[in-house]
Amino acid sequence: MTKMPLSKGLNAGLRAAMEADEKVLIMGEDVGRLGGVFRITDGLQKDFGESRVIDSPLSEQGILGTAVGMAMRGYRPVLEIQFDGFVYPAYDQIVSQVAKFHFRSAGKVKMPMVIRIPFGGGIGAVEHHSESPEGQFALTAGLKVVACSNANDAYWMIQQAIASDDPIVFMEPKRRYWDQGEVDLDHDPFPLHKSRIVREGTDATLIAYGPMVKTCLESADAAAEDGVNLEVIDLRTLSPLDLDPVYDSVRKTGHAVVVHEAAQTLGLGAEISSRITETCFYSLEAPVLRVTGYDMPYPPSRTEEEFLPGLDRVLDAVDRSLEY
Amino acid sequence: MSLTTPDTYMADDPAGDFPIVQLLTPEGERVSHPEFAYDGDDESIRELYRDLVLMRRVDFEAHALQRHGEIGLWPPAQGQEAAQIGSGRALRKQDFAFPTYREHGVALCRGVEPGKLVGLFRGTELGGWDPNEHGIALYSIVIGAQTLHATGYAMGLTLDGAVGHNDPDRDAAVIAYFGDGATSQGSVNEAFDWAAVFNAPVVFFCQNNQYAISASTDRQTRGPIAQRAGGFGFRGMRVDGNDVLACHAVTKAALQKARDGEGPTLIEAYTYRMGAHTTSDDPTRYRETAEVETWKLKDPIERVKRYLQVQGTPQEFFDALDAEAEVLGKNLREACKALPEPDLEALFSMVYVDGETPELLEQKAAYVAFRDGLETEGTPA
Ligand SMILES: Cc1ncc(C[n+]2csc(CCOP(=O)(O)OP(=O)(O)O)c2C)c(N)n1
Repeated sequence: MTKMPLSKGLNAGLRAAMEADEKVLIMGEDVGRLGGVFRITDGLQKDFGESRVIDSPLSEQGILGTAVGMAMRGYRPVLEIQFDGFVYPAYDQIVSQVAKFHFRSAGKVKMPMVIRIPFGGGIGAVEHHSESPEGQFALTAGLKVVACSNANDAYWMIQQAIASDDPIVFMEPKRRYWDQGEVDLDHDPFPLHKSRIVREGTDATLIAYGPMVKTCLESADAAAEDGVNLEVIDLRTLSPLDLDPVYDSVRKTGHAVVVHEAAQTLGLGAEISSRITETCFYSLEAPVLRVTGYDMPYPPSRTEEEFLPGLDRVLDAVDRSLEY
Repeated sequence: MSLTTPDTYMADDPAGDFPIVQLLTPEGERVSHPEFAYDGDDESIRELYRDLVLMRRVDFEAHALQRHGEIGLWPPAQGQEAAQIGSGRALRKQDFAFPTYREHGVALCRGVEPGKLVGLFRGTELGGWDPNEHGIALYSIVIGAQTLHATGYAMGLTLDGAVGHNDPDRDAAVIAYFGDGATSQGSVNEAFDWAAVFNAPVVFFCQNNQYAISASTDRQTRGPIAQRAGGFGFRGMRVDGNDVLACHAVTKAALQKARDGEGPTLIEAYTYRMGAHTTSDDPTRYRETAEVETWKLKDPIERVKRYLQVQGTPQEFFDALDAEAEVLGKNLREACKALPEPDLEALFSMVYVDGETPELLEQKAAYVAFRDGLETEGTPA
């Protein structure tokens, strides 16, 4: 066990992946000499050279579009999108090209690439720096989407994503980059496309991913003081979803609350809620509730405390669920 | 203020200040150029002629298949044969081409069977061939997207050390095809920029066929397309796109430059689409018959035929080629009808390399159960 912040977990994971496979390339704006604006790629160019850690032009469609050609040439590009709000110029290539190539070619062409996106709010940034576009990728067939929430997952999930032959959108909770956590370098990692119970409980189930996992754990701590015992599930994989642990939990607790920063309407919470209802209808003692961002563009940062789901809103939803 | 295009527009003025490379006139006479020359003998010109004729035959045959309802849509390439065969035959086996949806001639040069070209348009396939087997990517429907793929692939060649050895069997290059309309897309401009910045071994081959569906080139750009490369830091040139010898010579030189590690080139092949944009289009709504008539006089195939006749090519050569085209057409018709019907059940496993997701497995099972249920219902007791 080694203690390190989530950002360092990613950095160490990237390093391990580059050491394991020389076809792994990193590409993005400022990823080389600067080590990325969040320093996730710190020191990698120095050790692996400019041909493997490529400072790209300021051109998101270029990053994704050239990566398609590189993947066709047998490389495994790992791409950094500097901030969530800047992925849209590349959206066309991700959705129309990356996601569809394997299908279009009847399995002849693989797109083994990882698209890293620091996402979510809570750092007091200016506009376009705090968005949650994960749902837009999760609804695109052909892509897989994962989100890490802690240093250990950061270290292992990035390596697993890079090793995958399918394209993976890798969401990084930017406000948790600096959170310290234990990383287990020696034991086999938890599988990539599996969700995980991170706190056991009996009264209600909280379902979250990325930055909201910590919020839910804190909520559970607070609820415990009032004698309410919450189970918390870290989804980890957003596409495909792994909901079996969720169903098991809901069958046990009868109450489910989904928590995410992205806007409510057509967000992942809608899908999860629908599936819980389809699968666990007779176990439910209350409708599945959601605690999410509001259906508005990300607001000025001085309002983000209220905009983002926090402890109080989560606990309020739990109360409403338990009162049914 | 109105949004009309000013008269000062120059892009499509072939007599303007951007020189055009030509080696074979519309009358079938060879002319020389200070920099570029076609380096093959008359036998090789007969081979190019054969390619031109067979490409046109495939194109006509596919067009007819659409009219007979065998395929849903076809983008005809008549008029663009010289640009495609000239450039396509300049490629080596280890090179890689990234086409749009109209590069039937290039695909044939890369050994794609004619029958496989129509799968996409018949709706039995989304692609039709194995890109790695043929050294040509699948047709790209999204305008311009493939120019970035080509650039990335070319960057990969550089990383692989596949350029600059002065070794004809090893050094490789990439060619990206696109139209004049595509030059308005951000992707194409980003591809130019990346290719220049990374000195990528890629040739950008723009077939300026004067129209993007109904919009003429002056709706896309105000300057000569070839000139644009200069702004990105590499060379652009304009070639007579109806002259197979010039297209071959210019592309060959640009590919060699790329293979030698000297970076990208933009070639604007100045040509004309004789037919409709696709079989769903009505070109009489946006262009004059007179314009089409002038371009008929510049036909890319006729001029080669005239040249070969004057050189004394016997009539039997032309007759044998006609017979060969006839067989090719028949084979294409049969191959088209023999294309296997796609199986939706099988497609569930094509979405991901790592097998079906739980969602896909569940949906496949539901689909199969529903389909099989219908079949049983349909059979009499
Ligand atoms: C991104 C995108 N927008 C619109 C279309 C619809 N479309 C298909 S072909 C075409 C015109 C393309 O013109 P050009 O690039 O000159 O190529 P050409 O067909 O003339 O070879 C358009 C607008 C498309 N396929 N892709």
